Amino acid sequence: MTKTRHEELGLTNEDVLNIYETMLMARRIDERMWLLNRSGKIPFVISCQGQEAAQVGAAYALDIEKDFALPYYRDMGVVLHFGMTARELMLSGFAKAEDPNSGGRQMPGHFGHREKRIVTGSSPVTTQVPHAVGLALAGKMEKKDLVTFVTFGEGSSNQGDFHEGANFAGVHKLPVIFMCENNKYAISVPIEKQLACENVSDRAIGYGMPGITVDGNDPLEVYKAVKEAADRGRRGEGPTLVETVSYRLTAHSSDDDDRAYRSPDEVAKAKSLDPIITFGAYLKENGVLNDELEKEINDRIMKEVNEATDYAEQAPYAEAESALKYVYAEQN
Amino acid sequence: MPVMSYIDAVTLAMKEEMERDERVFVLGEDVGKKGGVFKATHGLYDQFGEDRVIDTPLAESAIAGVGIGAAMYGMRPIAEMQFADFIMPAVNQIISEAAKIRYRSNNDWSCPMVIRAPYGGGVHGALYHSQSVEAIFANQPGLKIVMPSTPYDVKGLLKAAIRDDDPVMFFEHKRAYRLIKGEVPEEDYTIEIGKADVKREGEDITVITYGLCVHFALQAAERLAEDGFSVHVLDLRTIYPLDKEAIIEAASKTGKVLLLTEDTKEGSIMGEVSAIIAENCLFDLDAPIMRLAGPDIPAMPYAPTMEKYFMVNPDKVEKAMKELAEY
Repeated sequence: MTKTRHEELGLTNEDVLNIYETMLMARRIDERMWLLNRSGKIPFVISCQGQEAAQVGAAYALDIEKDFALPYYRDMGVVLHFGMTARELMLSGFAKAEDPNSGGRQMPGHFGHREKRIVTGSSPVTTQVPHAVGLALAGKMEKKDLVTFVTFGEGSSNQGDFHEGANFAGVHKLPVIFMCENNKYAISVPIEKQLACENVSDRAIGYGMPGITVDGNDPLEVYKAVKEAADRGRRGEGPTLVETVSYRLTAHSSDDDDRAYRSPDEVAKAKSLDPIITFGAYLKENGVLNDELEKEINDRIMKEVNEATDYAEQAPYAEAESALKYVYAEQN
Repeated sequence: MPVMSYIDAVTLAMKEEMERDERVFVLGEDVGKKGGVFKATHGLYDQFGEDRVIDTPLAESAIAGVGIGAAMYGMRPIAEMQFADFIMPAVNQIISEAAKIRYRSNNDWSCPMVIRAPYGGGVHGALYHSQSVEAIFANQPGLKIVMPSTPYDVKGLLKAAIRDDDPVMFFEHKRAYRLIKGEVPEEDYTIEIGKADVKREGEDITVITYGLCVHFALQAAERLAEDGFSVHVLDLRTIYPLDKEAIIEAASKTGKVLLLTEDTKEGSIMGEVSAIIAENCLFDLDAPIMRLAGPDIPAMPYAPTMEKYFMVNPDKVEKAMKELAEY
């Protein structure tokens, strides 16, 4: 009997179902946040839709017990795999005190959870890239067998911090996985106005590391690339640049209207490649998923999303004066 | 007690802290084999090796950003900016990241790192090797800014900065490096960040300043003593957050205050010191608050005539002091 594609990669049926379920969880939380935003309950959403396969496929290739994730603002799939829950993400959406990311201080999408090895992030793009290099440097100094995984968009690959960080990691052969989630748009500006080279991965050669471009709608292809990058890093062979190509299925954020700069036809075409649909189809073709199981998974997710929404909506905000806390280290 | 130069106190503090704590390491341009362009890291590479005294690529944002990442991991990095003037590419990392990491994560993450940078003029450094850049960072809660004046303070404050759980900017006056010498205890000690220090007790006027200007003030105070005026000199040492209590006490003591900085006047840290005095000491003042600072031009020119015109020096300080004393 011939092996399936995922078996070739050493992934069991349970593994690929886990990947699918995390992708679907990310999608359903994201969709809920849009509903909450459009009904006036939360001020802001920034979406992962269309990038779940890249995010979960990549995260699945890492060791969540020892590696660090430095996600960018769309990476709901990454943080879910690293252990963040629907409830925690909803608490962030509603800016409630219990939000582990920031206690309601930051907008949604600004992830951080020390215990879960998710490194706190900001809004200026790409600043997390040198941080990933610094964490990898520290891990190397302590002779730890860890890699750091940092993501950013294709527009962000123009920032100095990408180039400075990638060069530093290349020179010092640090175990960093740079993953560009190329979703074709930096807000309204398309990739051809962002890059003079064909692929973001072409930039790797300048920093002495391998660069690879993979289909971001296929979690298995992303898993394979990131697994190889993680193995290289752990072997002491240095960093890798992985570019995942997918499509941003929503507007940039809840404050953007993408009809101003791209055609409905283009979006409709991209939706036919939606990784939730295409990966679901793959699982069905290979007998891993059927309609009954699909419904069971979806029901389980919706129950969790509903409970998370209710919990977060009712949870208290932080006290106003708590805004004064944690500027510097405090005793107790 | 051994006498050493300002820069040797910098080196000694780092050496002792690296011996004490394996998590402390240095990164920057030319800090390794060369021991730094000013020799501030002299001998550290030989003692601690290339893994703890890291020659980085020439890219300031990465020096700061990689340091931040290592600090978030739990290390104690000391990042060197070769000149304070070259810190600008790293400002996003320092202000958007280092300053806000603890706050934005609701105390989950922290960034215990030191960023050292030589600043200041009077060394024929022209526009881009002479600047005082502290005001850029001095309204960024989350950062601390230390600017010591003496070798004793350098050692105690740099050790405190390295042990601090939050990011500390440590600005060293490059002309003070070899010009200023002083007694430095051999034993381990720290000086609390955020505390100003009275460098000279006096009754007639108060000078509040920091860095190399402390020495200009002390020299001018000696001359004024010959004229029968007694000058009180407060060294801020930490310019952010300011030691408000010490400022109020020093201003109230004499009722006549001269604020002295080498930075350009408008928007310098002295505007804030002045506001603290205005808010708290109105009825103790016997003269308008006076400021002596650099002129409001972009930076210090190269030609000696113009450089001298820009720089504060003991003569200018003496003149201002006298004017205030006689008010």
